[in-house]
Amino acid sequence: MTFSFARLAAVAVKELRELRRNRFIVATMVVLPVIFLIVPISDLFRTAAPAAERAQVGVSLLLLLIVPVVVPAAIAAYSIVGEREQGTLEPVLTTPVSREELLLGKALAAILPAVGIAYLLFAIVVVVVRIGAGQVVVSAVWQAPNFLAQALFAPLLAGWSIWVGIAISARSSDVRVAQQLGTLASLPALGVTALISFKVLQPSIALAVILAAILAALNAIGWRLATAVFDRERLITGAQPGR
Amino acid sequence: MTTDPWFVRRSVGIGWRPNSWQGWAITAVTIVAAVTAALVSRLAKAPAGFVVTVAVVATYALIAALTSRVTAPAPQHKDDVPKRDARVAPVSVAAAAASPPHPQALVVDRLTKRFGQRVAFQDVSFAVGAGEVFGFLGPNGAGKTTTVRTLGTLIAPTAGSATVLGIALAPRFGQEIRRRIAIMPESPGLYLRLSVRENLEFFAGLFSVANPQARISEALAAVNLAARADDLCSSLSKGLRQRVALARALLSGPEILFLDEPTSGLDPVATREVHDLIDGLRRRGVTVFLTTHRLEEAERLCDRVAILNTTLRMVGRPDELRAALFSRGLVVALGTPLAAADDVFASVDGISSWQIDARGRYVLTVSDPQQVAPALTRALVGAGADVESISESRHTLEDVYLELISSDVEAQAR
Repeated sequence: MTFSFARLAAVAVKELRELRRNRFIVATMVVLPVIFLIVPISDLFRTAAPAAERAQVGVSLLLLLIVPVVVPAAIAAYSIVGEREQGTLEPVLTTPVSREELLLGKALAAILPAVGIAYLLFAIVVVVVRIGAGQVVVSAVWQAPNFLAQALFAPLLAGWSIWVGIAISARSSDVRVAQQLGTLASLPALGVTALISFKVLQPSIALAVILAAILAALNAIGWRLATAVFDRERLITGAQPGR
Repeated sequence: MTTDPWFVRRSVGIGWRPNSWQGWAITAVTIVAAVTAALVSRLAKAPAGFVVTVAVVATYALIAALTSRVTAPAPQHKDDVPKRDARVAPVSVAAAAASPPHPQALVVDRLTKRFGQRVAFQDVSFAVGAGEVFGFLGPNGAGKTTTVRTLGTLIAPTAGSATVLGIALAPRFGQEIRRRIAIMPESPGLYLRLSVRENLEFFAGLFSVANPQARISEALAAVNLAARADDLCSSLSKGLRQRVALARALLSGPEILFLDEPTSGLDPVATREVHDLIDGLRRRGVTVFLTTHRLEEAERLCDRVAILNTTLRMVGRPDELRAALFSRGLVVALGTPLAAADDVFASVDGISSWQIDARGRYVLTVSDPQQVAPALTRALVGAGADVESISESRHTLEDVYLELISSDVEAQAR
């Protein structure tokens, strides 16, 4: 079976065009990040005590990582079952596109806005902090590990959320159920954020890299899972093949 | 070295044959990741810089190994897309006829599909010649759409075998088959938030169509939709959406075109245009597999038809089916009834029986209508009959269809 990047790109371009014209998705992509932008910035500007500033910075920046988890979850959960419901999946499956090309194209279209928004939010936060926050906060925020954590975790968290969402979407028969389950299944990834916020885990470079490795492995497993559960026959007829 | 992608691949049992650029890409990503991690660990004065570096390298190697199946190099195949596009003529009703590339486009041998206990179709066998327009008729639930989906590699048969354009119907050849055919499902299945052109651009991309904009323009012109190319599909009527779906099916220049109820929802003018289009495809040598409920459509368009009702009931040219099911006859209309009809008809060779229909006409069963008609006319005139008309009795494809399906219904009732 041949793999074509042109077909993958065709899927991604189509998905992005559709997303751009979906008011619900666009509203979600705008409103949610704004909320997650205001909270960390206000926290950082209120931080005054030097002893607490470092922990507060860590928590505020980790809050930003909720965005790449939540933003693509709804998109991914809709991706297969939504097409199935509106009758567009069958024509697509009659083409030479392979399931890997189709799923990667859909994942790419979901991860690009999610990671783009996450990076944009982080950029806004660090620039605003640099301009207006106290020196202790600026020095705490402008640390290489913070940049590495955002660069590393945003795509990995988004990837996990996407693969779980796509796998659920491929097995669901209803869009709403898929979106609810997809969002629910992506939440465990945020558990780490919560554990760090509650100081159960102490943020460090080593911890960041270990967690990144775990997330990368989970992404790979999610990808294999999504491709394994994507079955043309079941998606078209609703019946298990060979039964 | 445990992070060697080859070793990891072998360890997890995934087949992988990297080409040169993929190898370089993975190496580059790994090096960049390692250097970044080392720099960061030094900047942060982390004590475990070496561990960090190794962890990142291992992570990327793991990703490379687990996702390698996706990036596996494509085996070169004789039916590469550019070659195919060069061979298939552009979409044009007036294009000159092309000689069929294969003597038989479809060969189906005892194909069966069951969903659990339910039989969709069973022991179906037929062949479709290249360039033929083949009609597939049957009542709702007869298995027509499932047959199309099976031949289009969307679902796997339970038993039996088939070849599509000489390629065995098997999962490993699915992509190759789908590259050379097109299926227009009964439901148009368009992306309503996208324009007509954007819909077609997407499918042109999936079929790797060369020179896509020109092909899109040709396909739209073929279905008379060029003026609506930039309209959103949500703004189109059902009939226009059906036409867009047809343009989408024509886009890749398929060698076999499966049309599932292509004129469903179309007005008479649009229906006529679709019929003309199918005629044009026939002249170009494209094999058309047409499922339809419109029997007059099948009779007008199809070289041969098959009637399916879970099992295949008949296959042949419409006139062959008529001859197989119905005896040939003549219908005689007279101004006044014959006084001695038995004597008159017995005097003419070739008449085996006769009866009077509801309109008072004599319906004769004959061996050869064209041979019997002159002798019959002479006999009637000789007997002093007031002859209004003598015509051959005609059975339509609808008669054939109803005869077969009603016999199935009666058999099930028994």
